[in-house]
Amino acid sequence: MSVAAAVPPANASGAEWRRRLRAALPALSLALVIAAIAWLNPRAISYFGFTLMLNLAIPIALATMAQMFVIAGNDLDLSIGTFVGFVCCVAATWLRDEPGLGVLTLIGCVALYAALGALIYLRNLPSIVVTLGMSFVWQGLAILLLPKPGGKAPGWLLAIMGVKPPFIPFPIVAAVVIAGVGYFGLMRTSYGAILRASGGNALAIERAGWSLLRAKMTLFALAGIFGVLSGMALVGITTSADANIGNGYTLLSIAGVILGGGEFVGGSVSPIGAVLGALTMAMAASPLLTFMHIPPDWQVAANGAILIIVLAARVVITRKGSDR
Amino acid sequence: MGDARASLVDFVGVEKSYGAVQALDGADFSLGAGECVGVVGHNGAGKSTLMHVLNGGVTPDRGRLVVAGAEQLHWTSARAQALGLRCVFQELSLCPNLTVAENARVVHPAIYGFGWRRRAGRLILDKLDEIFPGHGVRPGDLVQDLTIGRRQMVEIARAFSVSDAAARLVILDEPTSSLDAHTAAQLLAHVRRSVEAGVSCVLISHILGEVLSACDRIVVMRDGKVVLADVARNFDRAKLVGAMGGIEPESPRAQGAAAIGARGETRVVVRLRPERQADDREFVALEGEIVGLAGLAGHGQTDLLLATFAAASHSRATATVSAPVALVAGDRQSDGVFPGWSIANNIGVRSLKKFRSGPLLSGRLEDKLANAWRERIKIRTPDVHSNILSLSGGNQQKALFARALASDARIMLMDDPMRGVDFGTKLEVYDLIRAEAARGRTFLWYTTEVEELKNCDRAYVFRNGAIVAELARDELNEEQVIHSSFAGVA
Repeated sequence: MSVAAAVPPANASGAEWRRRLRAALPALSLALVIAAIAWLNPRAISYFGFTLMLNLAIPIALATMAQMFVIAGNDLDLSIGTFVGFVCCVAATWLRDEPGLGVLTLIGCVALYAALGALIYLRNLPSIVVTLGMSFVWQGLAILLLPKPGGKAPGWLLAIMGVKPPFIPFPIVAAVVIAGVGYFGLMRTSYGAILRASGGNALAIERAGWSLLRAKMTLFALAGIFGVLSGMALVGITTSADANIGNGYTLLSIAGVILGGGEFVGGSVSPIGAVLGALTMAMAASPLLTFMHIPPDWQVAANGAILIIVLAARVVITRKGSDR
Repeated sequence: MGDARASLVDFVGVEKSYGAVQALDGADFSLGAGECVGVVGHNGAGKSTLMHVLNGGVTPDRGRLVVAGAEQLHWTSARAQALGLRCVFQELSLCPNLTVAENARVVHPAIYGFGWRRRAGRLILDKLDEIFPGHGVRPGDLVQDLTIGRRQMVEIARAFSVSDAAARLVILDEPTSSLDAHTAAQLLAHVRRSVEAGVSCVLISHILGEVLSACDRIVVMRDGKVVLADVARNFDRAKLVGAMGGIEPESPRAQGAAAIGARGETRVVVRLRPERQADDREFVALEGEIVGLAGLAGHGQTDLLLATFAAASHSRATATVSAPVALVAGDRQSDGVFPGWSIANNIGVRSLKKFRSGPLLSGRLEDKLANAWRERIKIRTPDVHSNILSLSGGNQQKALFARALASDARIMLMDDPMRGVDFGTKLEVYDLIRAEAARGRTFLWYTTEVEELKNCDRAYVFRNGAIVAELARDELNEEQVIHSSFAGVA
């Protein structure tokens, strides 16, 4: 008799059900927020209402996706918010006035992200420390570039963000596209499996002959790319930039990933969940609370309370799942 | 024996040491193509290290490695992989966050491009069906949702699966430890089939029956050397146990420890039942007694120490612990030292109440205590204010002993504390333990070294989390311990 034989086979249907429930939790929490809004203000549930409410969800979803790649490798990016702000400043100045310099700068940013990944892996540094340091670097660069709020987004960027597709609001189309790209890239490609595996059991990956350095650099480069896209989307919506415009995105992106079913360690992330999490955060952040007549002074705190409630629900479901 | 078969692996005089510990001390090992070799030995005999050398994970300090007919000067994991060496490790090397199919893909770089998930799933599923019919694993299952036994099956099937490079040698390190009897038999049957088909296998197992029945040849390791290698039919259980333990003249016992009277004359300070104990055996320790916890590593000894520790602060119905306890950790770096602190801080942390002076702690009292223990157990440092990491491993361990002994604890829980400690320090600590036991302190001592058990008054042998034998002082020898650890295992 071995230990395994002593453990009764887990109740397959119950475990399966709980797993599905857990996977559906991001969608459920989004549905709950939408239902609450519909109940408070039925007129908000319309083409125009969604376009307005989800306007800022696109950059949040992109930043969340960037954060998700970093978290997939068991790291955390505390600089994504100020990085998005820096990209905004670049987009509102150089990208419009000197497109060549602007494009080069943004490509350089992605390369720098990959280099940070290499640094973190090679020197075995805590990513929190490195990215916390970088967050001040990005913020400083942004202030140097744009000391006062201003600049203007390039016309083509405004045009893209202003698209009004028939029937389905643009933010929803964009969210589907972002989720799809993330899902196929990370969950369905064969190298995506290696990237996630590097967060799940790095030693096993190394033994199997894969380069962990390459995996870490790839993950950080992807984070850089999505960070750049997030900044460009944001400036396309706001039309002008401010060095502090993205500061809130660091925590929003982390919350989005976790809300979407990701784990801080172990390489368990879900791109679709992350986008749903980002949408939930975007909707709960201000439209819902405004409809609930919560004064703006209290909205930030109320936002945090919503986050705690949803994450607590997830922990309860997960813990029941592990009780055999 | 003139091997007619082509030799796949030939190791000569392989040595590897970790600090003071000589894990491999001139081991010779050879393996023919299409041969199944069993490797047996007690804990720390060097089996796992030898296998890690074989798969390229550990570079030996000395020795000649010949694999597939060529001397390997730069032997690495990648090289081993390229030559078709596969391993199933004791610590599972699956990625829990990936599906079964994705895990198969990790070791088969040749599977990529369109439809890779279907192909990887097919590959692993076919192998699972072949080895473990009725396994109940689906390629889309996440590994973290599988039971430990099924994970082990996936790991084994993955090692035998073939995409581009053929598997020439599969190393199975305790493959049956989490399989039930039925699946273990399926695995052994598959090992035999693979060997007939020309794949070599190395089987490491503590279950001697498996090794005797499944292997062509058996290699017995002891103290980092191969002490005996012969065809399997020349062995039986008794001969294996004898070779593993070594029949040596009983060394004269280290000088007399505190004489222990019959039970009942002294106070029982610890009484508890291991959680997984099926019969009504109990763990009992008397005041002033040194009680050994023996058996194969990781069979519940540490759990018992932790249960004792827990029972000391939160009384439970199943356990009585009637005196304060202190734990001496074996894994110094993770459970023992506070790496940023000085030696004095590290020694004093268990005795902060003694240093109280008003609302604050008195540094003077702490220094006094630390210096007293530095003298007493000869911690080799000029200044107790130096960082603990400035000490050698053995002296750090002494500081941890000092922490426990300086405290008010009457019961010392020792979790294999002599791991990686040099011989001289060990002798000093043994003396210290005997002296403290004579003053009425009780020691629960988990050790993987049978030699150390000779310092104990009694020992309990553990298997699978339960006590399987209680050995009196004059029965404490290697043969008895090994016999009890393996007795009754099919």
